[in-house]
Amino acid sequence: MSVPGLRGTGLLGHVCAAVIVLALIVGAVGAWIAPHDPDFVDLDLAYVGPFADHLIGFDGRGRDLLSRLLAGARTSLLGPVAVVAVAVTVGTLLAVAAAWFGGMFDTIVSAALDVLFAFPGILIAIVVAAVFGPSLRSAVLALAVAYTPYIARVLRGSALRERAQLYIAALEVQGLAAVAICVRHLIPNILGLIVAQGAVLFGYAMVDLAAISFLGLGVQTPQADWGVMVSEGRNGVLQGYPLESLAAGLCIVVVVVAVNLLGERLTDRAQRGAR
Amino acid sequence: MLRFLLRRLAMLVATLLVSSFVIYGSLYLAPGNPIAALTGGRTPSPEAIAILEARYNLDEPFLVRYGLWLKGAVTGDLGVSIPLRQEVSDLITQRAGVTAALVLYASLIILVVGIGLGLLAGLRAGAVDTTVVVVTTISAAFPAFVAAIVLLLVFAVNLGWFPATGEGDGFVDTIRHMTLPAVALGFTSMALVARVTRSSVREELGREHVQTARSRGIPFRLIVRRHVLRNAAIPITTIAGLTIASLIAVAAVVERAFAMNGLGAYLVTAASNKDFAVVQGIALVLVAAFVIMNTVVDLLYALLDPRVKVGSRAQ
Repeated sequence: MSVPGLRGTGLLGHVCAAVIVLALIVGAVGAWIAPHDPDFVDLDLAYVGPFADHLIGFDGRGRDLLSRLLAGARTSLLGPVAVVAVAVTVGTLLAVAAAWFGGMFDTIVSAALDVLFAFPGILIAIVVAAVFGPSLRSAVLALAVAYTPYIARVLRGSALRERAQLYIAALEVQGLAAVAICVRHLIPNILGLIVAQGAVLFGYAMVDLAAISFLGLGVQTPQADWGVMVSEGRNGVLQGYPLESLAAGLCIVVVVVAVNLLGERLTDRAQRGAR
Repeated sequence: MLRFLLRRLAMLVATLLVSSFVIYGSLYLAPGNPIAALTGGRTPSPEAIAILEARYNLDEPFLVRYGLWLKGAVTGDLGVSIPLRQEVSDLITQRAGVTAALVLYASLIILVVGIGLGLLAGLRAGAVDTTVVVVTTISAAFPAFVAAIVLLLVFAVNLGWFPATGEGDGFVDTIRHMTLPAVALGFTSMALVARVTRSSVREELGREHVQTARSRGIPFRLIVRRHVLRNAAIPITTIAGLTIASLIAVAAVVERAFAMNGLGAYLVTAASNKDFAVVQGIALVLVAAFVIMNTVVDLLYALLDPRVKVGSRAQ
């Protein structure tokens, strides 16, 4: 019994995929299934522990912690999804185009990607926040730009290998348009690697995006977000009430562990398949 | 080797030039008027505006301003922070030491603990290996800021072994202040280095020349030192260099978590205050450090593995 997309990733791969799907569902509907208003402040309840239907108690401003975790899942998970979607789309397009046309175009694209490599993602995010003001959108955009060269580099290599295959030449001789060959034949053949790279990047994107929100340059307070919550809970940690930071941090770590393990297995599978 | 070196240096200079242009250009495009920041919202007379524009070179076209900025940057003059009216290089040098010390300390931890754990796991299959794999899988997923919060809670708040904030004075005090931040900063990279060390040691152990050496009865220690480590050093150096270079940017997060007055934390403050001269200056310094580190890794790689040279000539 094995989900088709996960064949060959083992039991652990399936468990990880289940954790990720669950997290994404919470990300999509979390704000609606939250038992309380995540933004309702009651300073009298600051740092009060669990009681009644407040299962894990309150944060430093007396907001229901569980509701904030559920509501915060949205930006924490859908943000990285957006980063990966943009980076994978642009990266695949660049890689396939560079591999297809080769020559001057390939040289220019590769050189531009090399320069982009000189900018660590968080640095781009800080500069973008300085220019456009801090917001989730700036952070997502910055990280998408930062990750595109990573994905494009890996995919360019395998797109080049695929381009040199005989079946591509055969299709060209038959007069099929270049776009059609790429979309119908070339890209489907490197899809395994694209998905694996996307999974690996998702883990990085989640950590970096949360770090940017932690720095105050991504999702803005008082909106709930796991990175923001770790940052807001810092004062509580110093005063001996670590629950907010720890709970939000734990959510991040669990999802990232699952994503990394699954990404590793998907990469292994894609490499096995390529041989 | 010389040709490889020259080519790599030319690439370094080109990358630095383009990235400096990108940094300067992107902040030049930013909305907002520096004159307004200078005058604090009051409406200055046209003469006053002209004087201010001349002093900060705001009346020059973009390319001239970029040229002036770059010329200054090469000689260590990064311009003036308009809101603070202070030299950017002064603001930066005060803080660069903190970040440099932090990254250095973290690198030391990464190399010693990462390679140590990796060797242990690679050489001893079984329970030791499994433990290391599980521990590194989890620590690889610990973002620096979460690690910082956990360390802060356990070792600063609960146990009180280390101070929670600041960067310390003098050597011993600095070490005491920087231990938790350095561990937090190195947490993920340490795991990466350990895993690469483990898998490359495993790979080398399985090679034929190692098997032959073992069958000839050469002491295991000697085989590990002469044959396994020598070859495993190549992937380990690469991953360690790359991951340490990436710490330069992540340091901002850790500095923030431990309220340290470093470059990264200051960059974030400057970005929030729209202090563009400072953002440009720090971004340039960090990118330069990052690019130089990457170049050094490439060169080291070529030194360790002579085949790289041959490959580059064949292209």
